[in-house]
Amino acid sequence: MLHIINKSPLGNCSLDSCLHIAESGDILLIEDAVYAATKGNAVEGKVRAAMSRLKIHVLLPDLEARGLADRIIEGVSTADYGGFVDLVAANKNCQSWL
Amino acid sequence: MSVVKKFMFVNRKAPYGTIYALEALELVLITAAFDQDVSLAFLDDGVYQLKKGQQTRGIETRNFSPAYRALEDHDIKKLYVEKEALEARGLTEEDLLVGVTVLGSREMGVLMDQQDVVLSF
Repeated sequence: MLHIINKSPLGNCSLDSCLHIAESGDILLIEDAVYAATKGNAVEGKVRAAMSRLKIHVLLPDLEARGLADRIIEGVSTADYGGFVDLVAANKNCQSWL
Repeated sequence: MSVVKKFMFVNRKAPYGTIYALEALELVLITAAFDQDVSLAFLDDGVYQLKKGQQTRGIETRNFSPAYRALEDHDIKKLYVEKEALEARGLTEEDLLVGVTVLGSREMGVLMDQQDVVLSF
């Protein structure tokens, strides 16, 4: 399934809740959640650990807006808006961690 | 009438995801017109407001980050950034688009205590 997170990992527990529950499938980081995909963030270790069971994607336009497109954690894949739609279409269901 | 008060704007939210950062910036510019002692504190995710290289074309939103550099023209020169907040986000002073004073959280707390008015965002 697809998990979508839109809150900053250091200002909200959405990422923690998602990683606590999500078993397998895809996670898409959008809006303020894109900070979780950046190197040096305090949650980098958690994100890297989750990559063994979950595929992590980040919405590139949101990362560019925040000036951090040049420091994505290796192994996190980028998606544009078309890729966002593809992820939704490819998964049988979706949970938004609002 | 012309008593100068110490105003501190406390910024704790990342830009774009919510409206707080932009609203704070607009209020800061208004306050500057009244010749008050204005300082800006950037704590927690607020430090992301000052990240260099913001490119907002992809999200079709106005990039308001250049306005932080224009604050100096409005005689607003007191920008304080929390050291611990930078470190938790893998950022350094070189990542910021404007000159700031980096303070530890304790020093920041002392500065906050000294204010007449604290505006929270």
